[in-house]
Amino acid sequence: MSLTRQDVEKVALLARLKFDDDQLDKMTSHMVQIIQYVDKLSELNTDDVEPMAHALDINNALAEDEPRPSLPREEALRNAPKRDDECFLVPAVLGE
Amino acid sequence: MSDAPYEIVIGLEAHVQLKTQTKLFCRCSTEFGNPPNTQTCPVCLGMPGSLPVMNKKAYFLGMKTALALNCGIPKFTKWDRKNYFYPDLPKGYQTSQFDLPMSEEGYLDIKSLKDEFEPRRVRIIRAHLEEDAGKSMHDEASGKADSRIDLNRTGTPLLEIVSYPDMRSAAEAKTYMQELRLLLTYLDVSDCNMQEGSLRCDANVNLHIPTENGTIATPIVEIKNMNSFRSVERGIAYEAKRQYDVWQETGKVLGELPKQTRGWDDSAQVTRSQREKEESADYRYFPCPDLVPVVVTDEQIEAVRSEIGELPATLRERLTSDFGLTSYTADVVVNQGRELVDYFLELAAASGDNKLAGNWVQGEVLRILNDQEITIDQFRISAGQLAELLQLITSGDLDSSKAKDVFAVMLDSGKSAAEVVQDLGIEKVDESALEDLCRLLVERNQRVVDDVKSGNQKAVGALIGQAKKENPNVNPGQVRQICLEIINNL
Amino acid sequence: MSLTQKSATEQLALLQSGELTSVELTQAYLDRIQAVDSSVGAFLRIETESALAQAAGIDARRAAGQPVGKLAGLPVAIKDILCTKDTPTTCGSKMLENFVPPYNATVVEKLLAADAVILGRTNMDEFAMGSSTENSAYHPTKNPWDTTRIPGGSSGGAAACISADMAPLSVGTDTGGSIRQPAALCGCVGLKPTYGRVSRYGLIAFASSLDQIGPLARTVEDAALLLEVLAGHDPLDSTSVNAPAPAYSETVNQPLENLTLGVVDHHFGEGIDPEIVSAVQKAIEVYESLGATIKHIEMPHADYGVATYYIIAPCEASSNLARYDGVHYGYRADQAEVMAELAEDGSDEGPLVRMYRKTRSEGFGPEVQRRIMLGTYALSEGYYDAFYLKALKVRRLIRQDYDNAFAEVDMIIGPVTSNPAFAQGEKNSDPMAMYLEDLYTVTANLAGVAGISLPCGFTENGLPIGLQLQAAPFEEEKLLRAAQMFQTATDFHTRRPELS
Repeated sequence: MSLTRQDVEKVALLARLKFDDDQLDKMTSHMVQIIQYVDKLSELNTDDVEPMAHALDINNALAEDEPRPSLPREEALRNAPKRDDECFLVPAVLGE
Repeated sequence: MSDAPYEIVIGLEAHVQLKTQTKLFCRCSTEFGNPPNTQTCPVCLGMPGSLPVMNKKAYFLGMKTALALNCGIPKFTKWDRKNYFYPDLPKGYQTSQFDLPMSEEGYLDIKSLKDEFEPRRVRIIRAHLEEDAGKSMHDEASGKADSRIDLNRTGTPLLEIVSYPDMRSAAEAKTYMQELRLLLTYLDVSDCNMQEGSLRCDANVNLHIPTENGTIATPIVEIKNMNSFRSVERGIAYEAKRQYDVWQETGKVLGELPKQTRGWDDSAQVTRSQREKEESADYRYFPCPDLVPVVVTDEQIEAVRSEIGELPATLRERLTSDFGLTSYTADVVVNQGRELVDYFLELAAASGDNKLAGNWVQGEVLRILNDQEITIDQFRISAGQLAELLQLITSGDLDSSKAKDVFAVMLDSGKSAAEVVQDLGIEKVDESALEDLCRLLVERNQRVVDDVKSGNQKAVGALIGQAKKENPNVNPGQVRQICLEIINNL
Repeated sequence: MSLTQKSATEQLALLQSGELTSVELTQAYLDRIQAVDSSVGAFLRIETESALAQAAGIDARRAAGQPVGKLAGLPVAIKDILCTKDTPTTCGSKMLENFVPPYNATVVEKLLAADAVILGRTNMDEFAMGSSTENSAYHPTKNPWDTTRIPGGSSGGAAACISADMAPLSVGTDTGGSIRQPAALCGCVGLKPTYGRVSRYGLIAFASSLDQIGPLARTVEDAALLLEVLAGHDPLDSTSVNAPAPAYSETVNQPLENLTLGVVDHHFGEGIDPEIVSAVQKAIEVYESLGATIKHIEMPHADYGVATYYIIAPCEASSNLARYDGVHYGYRADQAEVMAELAEDGSDEGPLVRMYRKTRSEGFGPEVQRRIMLGTYALSEGYYDAFYLKALKVRRLIRQDYDNAFAEVDMIIGPVTSNPAFAQGEKNSDPMAMYLEDLYTVTANLAGVAGISLPCGFTENGLPIGLQLQAAPFEEEKLLRAAQMFQTATDFHTRRPELS
């Protein structure tokens, strides 16, 4: 499986990361190396194997619909990098 | 639409906020309209380390709705993460259901009250649970200022109901949403308030256009921001025309352009392209490792099914077949909601006249509700009180015009029908006195007698007018009947 | 033997008998930290004032005959990945430099309820990603046995503080070996419980289906004592198992009869240091001398563990770490710089998108960014089936290997690492070499089974060597009893590094 610098650039946008040229080269070579290694899984035939997303087989962890107190607004906003009295602030979100 | 040179193809994605007290994955309140960021906790703020726990009621309300939409309920369902960055999505992913939704393959039947289209069965692909996002507020006027983020709504349970592209006109789409809203109201699973956003819908729209080289399809456009039934209808109608114009101009067909998202601008009455995303969407769905699957039994599914009660379609059927209402009257009554249906049923039973009860509910009662902008539970005259009035009509004590006068006074005064009849001095004329009066009138009006004898029954109307002059309390129907009897026996 | 060299179990007995106060004990550890941590760097923050205040409160309650918790008065160090209300919790990252959680992790609640004295926060690889604690955004931690070497990771601070007698008990987390590997390299005991045994609520997630909190301590008895407090069902964690947590400390000294241990020959193949092979084989002989039966078993998919792990863990991490976007908490890139950068490169990217990208590229270190990139790639359209789905299937095969093994044997015995502690900086430029360090530990996380690392020898250079025992899900009780059998028969756990 090949992975180009352009592919890595595309993934960086998806992941909301940004690299300069040097970082991009290094990231590409590291990712190529790791992907080559993990590709060893393709040696195994897994046609009839059920995927295992959880380490344990439990179901139905459900909670009753009973309200609990929310955080005071000041607590909720305390860690915000930018805020006003009521809300979190971010650079303009235009459109939807 | 039959005269348009194309066919519109519409599929709808409805988002329904379920009526739970708490959010889907935490126990913050879902109450609408509170000050920003006062209904949050580490979980719905997406704080590091916090973990979701599924709301049991949300799951069962979702199942109830899905069953009412004739969907199948798989025994096993799981939760997936839909990854994308947006400021009103604090975790950077929305917890939703991807490949194993909680329900699939159902339908909703729709028909037009005004015969705008043929009755249609709209098939449903799936209904699945997911969490709502928060709100981004941007003041366009202030230009470059920051957007403000309120996370009160974040994590509110949503049921997303996805239809097949089975609708063929804007009117069908609007009716589908109205019928869906009615169903949800009967189920009592949602507030269904489109203005408050507890019922929302996006439409996928394209056109099939017959050409010399066969039928072509235009690229599919998703329309968002339709916040009322009217905007659903207008947005789709606008979009259809726009797509036709664009096709005539560019000739671009399905597959030649990426799927576009457009927002309905209600004030300008146009759809506008929403800012193109920097990349094509790649949500990287994968199973949420923090939530475990839900497994249900047949017994649980049947228990939920048994709670559903009578739904609009069944009720309409019953009101026409068992109560003799016209299909139109049944629609009008049922579409007003379960409370009005119950009012009607009580009125019909107490008055003993189903048809008369239907006419009064559809006529007088609905007129008052509309005029006063109130619901049936705020209506001053109870079904029992109204039944007494209807009985006076059936017994011949009141004619319908007098009954309406009495109704108006009952509404103002809160008095019973009998009390109002007495207050107004409406008294039933003694049978023999009425007969004497009728004989006198017949004797006085030989011309009317001749006309009736020669087959013009309507001529007797002149006698009714005279009778009313002699005694305002006479019942015109009775006068007509007695006079005709006397003449025919002459 | 100085006070800080005694085991937690011994200290607890002294506290209970009134021969020792928590304030004295806490002060002794604070003094020890003061003396040696400048050369180890195990701690990110020492909470002197609150620790002494807590200790004084517990002493007063005990003196007044009021009820006190199971750990009453014992200092505990906490890995800086567990949210603690109104106390900075950084996860070893610049991203969370100023983050102050408004809530407590469930295990923090449990420790407070048990009257443990919280001594401070231990250093770690950023977001628990790493095997050397060199990926901390603050400073690297050094191995107390040789301060030119790494202590292992990601719970490097948690292991080093035990090994250097700076805390009697510490709490770490293990996603692919992050408790067991540093415990092995620092010569202490570290236990990764069964997935679901300990609540993850408040544990800052790396890979949610693999993360588990566990104890590190000088002795197996002490680890049992701490696990007893940490374990148990939590309704706030849907993946927490609703099963009673046994009183491990009460049974830990009961030897197991008819113990059958499985040995995977493959574990001793290519690439493993001969000194480790010899130490582990001697440990196996110790068990034989204690009456255990040794069986040779196959784990046919063990070799695929690292590849499986380095798909699943980054995939989950890429999603778990999406929340660090500079909007609701944590680091955010300077807005003026964002705008200037956009103007400079004439990009049509919106200011919001660029704010995200700049924030994340400045706030995360290189290893974290690498794993986010890997996970994003492996989940993206066109690659999901080949990578993520494939890895989930191999994960099932690995779990089946364990199920088959535990049908034959009580536990699997083997090495924790293929090498003793390596030099600082040695593997920094080669991520793949670093990942292969996790060979013997990742499979327990993938399968969700329990594992413990305990000291079983030293290299000629005096570096500790770890022994790993792995048991079937929820068999921590047996695991601890088997480990205690070994510690009763050996004295590796009593040796101390020389620190100036």
